[in-house]
Amino acid sequence: MSSSANPPVARAKATGLHVGDAVPGVKKVDPIIVVDGVKRTFGGLTAVDVDHLEVPRNAITALIGPNGAGKTTLFNLLTGFDKPDSGSWTFDGRSLSGVPAFRAARMGLVRTFQLTKALGLLTVLENMKLGAKDQTGEKFLSSIFPFLWRKQEEELEVRAMELLTKFKLDAKADDFAASLSGGQRKLLEMARALMGQPTMVMLDEPMAGVNPALTQSLLEHILDLKDEGMTVLFVEHDMHMVRHIADWVVVMAEGRIVAEGAPADVMKNPAVIDAYLGAHQEIDLGVVTGRHTPEDKA
Amino acid sequence: MDIVQILSNTAGSVLSPVTIGYALATIGLAMHFGYAGLLNMGIAGFMAIGAYGYAISILSFGFPWWGGVLVGMVGAVLFALVLGVPTLRLRGDYLAIVTIAAAEVLRLLFLTTAFEEYTGSADGLSGYHDSFRASNPLPDGRYGVGPFTYTEDQWWVRILGLAALALALLLVWALVRSPWGRVLKGIREDEDAVRALGKNVFAYKMQALVIGGVIAAMGGVVYALPASVNPGVYVTSLTFFVYTALLLGGAATVFGPVLGSVIFWVLQTLLGNLLPALVEIGVLPMSTSQSQTLRFILVGVALGLIVIFRPQGILGNKKELTFVK
Repeated sequence: MSSSANPPVARAKATGLHVGDAVPGVKKVDPIIVVDGVKRTFGGLTAVDVDHLEVPRNAITALIGPNGAGKTTLFNLLTGFDKPDSGSWTFDGRSLSGVPAFRAARMGLVRTFQLTKALGLLTVLENMKLGAKDQTGEKFLSSIFPFLWRKQEEELEVRAMELLTKFKLDAKADDFAASLSGGQRKLLEMARALMGQPTMVMLDEPMAGVNPALTQSLLEHILDLKDEGMTVLFVEHDMHMVRHIADWVVVMAEGRIVAEGAPADVMKNPAVIDAYLGAHQEIDLGVVTGRHTPEDKA
Repeated sequence: MDIVQILSNTAGSVLSPVTIGYALATIGLAMHFGYAGLLNMGIAGFMAIGAYGYAISILSFGFPWWGGVLVGMVGAVLFALVLGVPTLRLRGDYLAIVTIAAAEVLRLLFLTTAFEEYTGSADGLSGYHDSFRASNPLPDGRYGVGPFTYTEDQWWVRILGLAALALALLLVWALVRSPWGRVLKGIREDEDAVRALGKNVFAYKMQALVIGGVIAAMGGVVYALPASVNPGVYVTSLTFFVYTALLLGGAATVFGPVLGSVIFWVLQTLLGNLLPALVEIGVLPMSTSQSQTLRFILVGVALGLIVIFRPQGILGNKKELTFVK
């Protein structure tokens, strides 16, 4: 991994993101996503019931909460993969209510999935090229005339190879994506999302099933996204990672936002400890899992 | 047993309009099933639209033959749109059920006596050849060598059929190697992933359904060109025969459908001639009509064996199926 050759530089966290007290639904200085009264029920179960939520721009926001809290459902709603019973939300000042998923993605809001969706019988490079927007060759009529899209295709290939090199997948470019390991698929999915040059990336459990060494490089990639001016919202259960890279943490339980704040503050919140973190909160999760000794604790 | 006659008939099936019609329909199905992952079980319906569109517009409305071809194509576009709008949002297996039902509805509409004036009901349609034969530039006579000796009209059907086949192959080849084809294959793998990358999945599936449908309708036209339109042809088993040809050649290949159709019809013709001959010399203990049924039993067995032992087909990429989803 490159992280051993170039030791990670400590990167400052974004602060001063909110206005007033850090309570659920607190106003942000510069929100990119504003959610109002979004509610989604499945039969008698209220999966998501968010009164107000603002996601700060150019920051890394973590969405945490127990299983069944509605995190993935909220992801699906925000990205147009599911429709809420009521409510509205905006992305970058434009309303996203009722906007289909593909259009949300074109507006710059790109997501990944909890269960990785590598397109197995396409090569890694084809997966990457599929991620790019506004391709002339993807239009039906122009697709049969290669001279209309060959130049763009070559440019895409260069950009795809740059990203693949960065994600250490360049050697795999011509292999079928189905031949990648689980962790490599996570990397591919993230790299593919970046081909679309999004303004915001929503990652659903980017670390699930990824080994610790690869976790390190994935973390670096996520921090890089912020450096490049993107906004990141991610769902994650690994509190160590949340503490390490998130600038802001939103906690959900039973469909509602129960707490918000900077990582260190939120984890001391009694409501969060009750709903999610449990008795092990006092011990670093790294110690519980044996990945860190207490002396390492930052 | 006349071995020479059997072999001659078998060789002749390579160039028969039926084989060319099947090849076109199979190319259309490759676009639906092989590239877009649409489990279209109504390919017989698209072929029926082509054949009836051609025959009805000539017989009832006095269109020239090329006008009939155009009507068949437009009919396929409309059928694809009507079929696609409600069904393409459904999951794959639901699409299969709805398309099989739609093709049956269509066939029964052609079969019912309510529209006998136009469709000929159970008798089907025939006698629409004047305009087509008048357009034939070949002088009268018989041409060719050995089993490939045909009259000028028979050659004209084959020439135009092969031209349509070449056009369809060229179109599909150009489409599937383009970024458009890449999106389509992505949809086949996982449509939500493609949606998350900003592609209008519904529009792509609709385009694939229309294009494949028009090519299949061309197959129906070529099938009907030399003789007649018979409602008994466009039954569900036709759909399964086209699937057999497709899986035999390779579902996600450009030339597989042609190869599959040729092999399918060469075997059909060979068995259709050989089995009754074997009955006659007393090798097969059954009646001649039973031996004709045996032929289709063997087709079913062949389809099963292909799917189990060579799921990628003859021309398919072995690597593409190494990874089980």
